[in-house]
Amino acid sequence: MFSCGTSVVPSLEPILLKHGNDAGQLLQILTDVQQAFGYIPPEAVNRIAAHLNIPLARIRGVASFYSFLKLEPHGEYRLLFSDNITDRMLGNQSLLDEMCRQLWLQPGKVSEDGLVSIGLTSCTGMCDQGPAMLVNGRVITRLTPQRVREIGDLVRRRIPLEDWPAEYFVVEDNIHRAGPLLSNPFTPGDALRAALGMGEAEIVDAIKRSGLRGRGGAGFSTGLKWAACQQAPGSEKYVVCNADEGEPGTFKDRVLLTRQANWMFEGMTVCALAIGAGRGYLYLRGEYRYLLEPLQDVLQQRREAGLLGRDILGHAGFDFDIEIHLGAGAYVCGEESALIESLEGKRGIPRNRPPFPVTHGYRQQPTAVNNVETFCSAALALAMGVDNFRAMGTEKSSGSKLISVSGDCARPGIYEYPFGVSVQEVLDDCGAVNTLAVQISGPSGICIGPNEFNRKLGFEDLPTAGAFMVFDDSRDMFEVARNFVHFFAHESCGFCTPCRVGTSMLKQTMDKIAEGHGTRHDLAEVENLDLVLQTTSHCGLGRTACNPVLHTLKHFRPAYESKLKSLDFEPAFDLDGALARARRMTGRDDAGAHLKAEDV
Amino acid sequence: MSEKKKLRVATTSLAGCFGCHMSFLDIDERLFPLLDLIEFDRSPLTDIKHCGPCDIGIVEGGICNAENVHVLREFRKSCKILIAVGACAINGGLPAQRNHLDLGSCLTEVYLTEPGLAHGGIPNDPELPLPLDKVHPLHEVVKVDYFIPGCPPSGDAIWKFLTELLAGKTPELGHGLIKYD
Amino acid sequence: MSHTFQLDGANIGFEPGQTVMQAALAAGHYIPHLCYHPEFKPHGSCKLCTVKVNGRTLASCTMPAEAGLEVESNTDELNALRRTLVQMLFAEGNHFCPSCEKSGNCVLQALGYDLEVHSTGFRHQYPDRPVDASHPEVLLDFNRCILCELCVHASAEVDGKHVFALAGRGIEKHLIVNAESGQLADTHFSVNDKAMAVCPVGVILRKEVGFSQPIGMRRYDARPISAQALEDAPRVPAGDSHE
Repeated sequence: MFSCGTSVVPSLEPILLKHGNDAGQLLQILTDVQQAFGYIPPEAVNRIAAHLNIPLARIRGVASFYSFLKLEPHGEYRLLFSDNITDRMLGNQSLLDEMCRQLWLQPGKVSEDGLVSIGLTSCTGMCDQGPAMLVNGRVITRLTPQRVREIGDLVRRRIPLEDWPAEYFVVEDNIHRAGPLLSNPFTPGDALRAALGMGEAEIVDAIKRSGLRGRGGAGFSTGLKWAACQQAPGSEKYVVCNADEGEPGTFKDRVLLTRQANWMFEGMTVCALAIGAGRGYLYLRGEYRYLLEPLQDVLQQRREAGLLGRDILGHAGFDFDIEIHLGAGAYVCGEESALIESLEGKRGIPRNRPPFPVTHGYRQQPTAVNNVETFCSAALALAMGVDNFRAMGTEKSSGSKLISVSGDCARPGIYEYPFGVSVQEVLDDCGAVNTLAVQISGPSGICIGPNEFNRKLGFEDLPTAGAFMVFDDSRDMFEVARNFVHFFAHESCGFCTPCRVGTSMLKQTMDKIAEGHGTRHDLAEVENLDLVLQTTSHCGLGRTACNPVLHTLKHFRPAYESKLKSLDFEPAFDLDGALARARRMTGRDDAGAHLKAEDV
Repeated sequence: MSEKKKLRVATTSLAGCFGCHMSFLDIDERLFPLLDLIEFDRSPLTDIKHCGPCDIGIVEGGICNAENVHVLREFRKSCKILIAVGACAINGGLPAQRNHLDLGSCLTEVYLTEPGLAHGGIPNDPELPLPLDKVHPLHEVVKVDYFIPGCPPSGDAIWKFLTELLAGKTPELGHGLIKYD
Repeated sequence: MSHTFQLDGANIGFEPGQTVMQAALAAGHYIPHLCYHPEFKPHGSCKLCTVKVNGRTLASCTMPAEAGLEVESNTDELNALRRTLVQMLFAEGNHFCPSCEKSGNCVLQALGYDLEVHSTGFRHQYPDRPVDASHPEVLLDFNRCILCELCVHASAEVDGKHVFALAGRGIEKHLIVNAESGQLADTHFSVNDKAMAVCPVGVILRKEVGFSQPIGMRRYDARPISAQALEDAPRVPAGDSHE
């Protein structure tokens, strides 16, 4: 794949050329360099800096922001185990241990021969077919001890990834209940033709009338967003589709991108027509890289069918095309302004708002950013008629919603319901029994217990981006919250004080409780950290990072309290362990060379 | 007023330099009115070796070895109110500047590789307390009720803090008295 | 319509385009802040300036002033949050004031004083952050960096040198130097750079000049930062104030 001696420069030229020598494409350039060399060699950093005339510290800054980019070699094979709570529940930890044993390696280290490294990565969106892993960015599903042994063997024998058994890479759709979005009877172009029969303002009005609200979780009116974008002054306008589906437990966009990409692109094109955009971007999370080529094929088909490109469907002057950008492992880029920063080739830091992306988005121009499912729904609403669309669902939540069900149930996968379905109905449909809790809309959403299972999914009651993780009564909800706390600490961008420091402190305190050293004092600290995160964080990530703890404390406080010592206070660290180094150096092991836990 | 039972106060210095104690003495003649209110238990001023039941414990210095832990625990158990005084007690201070170094290499450097250490060796007498791998502030080992920052806090700061506390108020230092250096 | 909003019950006049922070300082009202510097575009990362506007908490340095806003700042609730944020910054880095040449002139320290922060409260992280002493005239002590990015912006926007940048993510975020070696000596950094002057804490320090001001003569010895910041702020003429 790469060797240290050869110059990287010749292979860089085509990459830089492909991206138009544009510093705004820095992340895409670095992603390609990573793909080509397995890491971003110093020589490449220098060359890119010189070529694009940007400071090399900026390149290092960008590369070190994204989990999948590395400035140092990390093995010809980089094995990353997906570490969502659902992967945990399916035994990813013991599989990781098994892989480490197989390859004689510690997690996080690169083998001495530079062959392989093993680590963890945030939810890969394969919760319905986990445990999952990424090998050099390619997803492998349904891991078993057997599969882990096979993979260890393939790595040791240096078999190129292309020659690994194809069944490893199969990603099932697992659709268990389809509605109009998934069993869409229309043909590509139907929505666009309907839109072309209207004026720009009429399209926006129609979308407003449909009652469509953003499917990414926040639920902002799509019509209002498009209207603001349409009215905003700007030399150039942009349509951006957010396919950075990083919220743990969410994988419905994966299925839409696989099955309904045409509808998503159609929705983007309708939006372009409405707001007057000439260019669109699909921001695809790095974990879904395997979908890149199929998506590009769909784009090409649409160009050939006159649904994209110049004079779309024969309408002179209606020019619009779409480019796909890859993310590189940063959950925060799901936040729309961070996503725009990332599209511009920068570190994915959420911007200060106002101004909002609808007036100052990509390259400071008016930009409509919507979720994959939102664009699909917009196209559907126009094709089926907005009144028919509005008739589905509830008064404030029209249309249907894709729910990604995972965790303790017989049939994990995708379920499409009209809005207003109750949690209990979903539980019944997916074959969940003895359910203790459901995490709605991922770690940043809410956790509910059985007394709330009659609540309904929809903006009136339980808004959701689609995640639906089921926990039965064998699960420890403290451990669930702890997994989520680790996730947020790993994914905090580090911009603001409360989130950068707070998520990290919260992680340490939750770990202390898990290790059996927690006291009431620590629980009070958790509550204080929650308050600071919730009230002072810069963006939604920090403001919701405390939700898993707040909600599980509310419903499952005994899961915390049973772990607490009866004492008021326990040291923040292992006192006796802190003497171990000195014991080794002095060779002492007498009673005075130890510190016992305090008996009070 | 004068009938009131005196509050019993213990003081000690752990991984500190006694500078905070010196600063305490800087309250000068105000020691006399203070002694109307308090009496000393274990303290460098009394030479009592172990802390008995007290109302207030004042601890200077951080935690750098096993003995510090024992003394601090004794203070925590015996004192109703524990006050950390000075930078070392509050954030590890000067001794904590070794925290980014490996303890093993510190001991090796000091006892084995320094020139002039003929027949040297890392002391292993059980009488000596073992050092912890890192220096810690007090609040990471026991619950601490109040903190008086400064390196050292001035006599005036200590005086204001203690008198407010003894008067039943939540002590505030205010501009000029609060300092970290 | 008059351009005024309420801050802790006082009427504050503002010019369109001003933020809540800018208008408050100009009118002689202090809101605690750390990463905000009047000469630079508000950054909004330290969150010390968090205020409550119509019930929502947000950073006042980036919040545009609007007529009729009701802003709370000097309340027990908000000051308690600010205290925790200062504690977090102290716990995150290695801030040993007695050995720091910036002591007495340090914004973080002065805020700690003004907010009566007596201890760090949290577990100290004691990160390992080696200093960069490569430059003949300047020392970089990353132990004290609070990631305010002022030097990054000053070097890029005023000095035109791009000497500093940020790398890493989350708690691993850190300041880096724009040189292949990563060393300050291999940049065009100079002691006259704006980036040198703008550091609010003791990261970017002049070599061979230490503790030049005696205790008592330092910036925050004479008056607390809440008074000093108003002294430094661009003020509106008294007649324009809407109080």
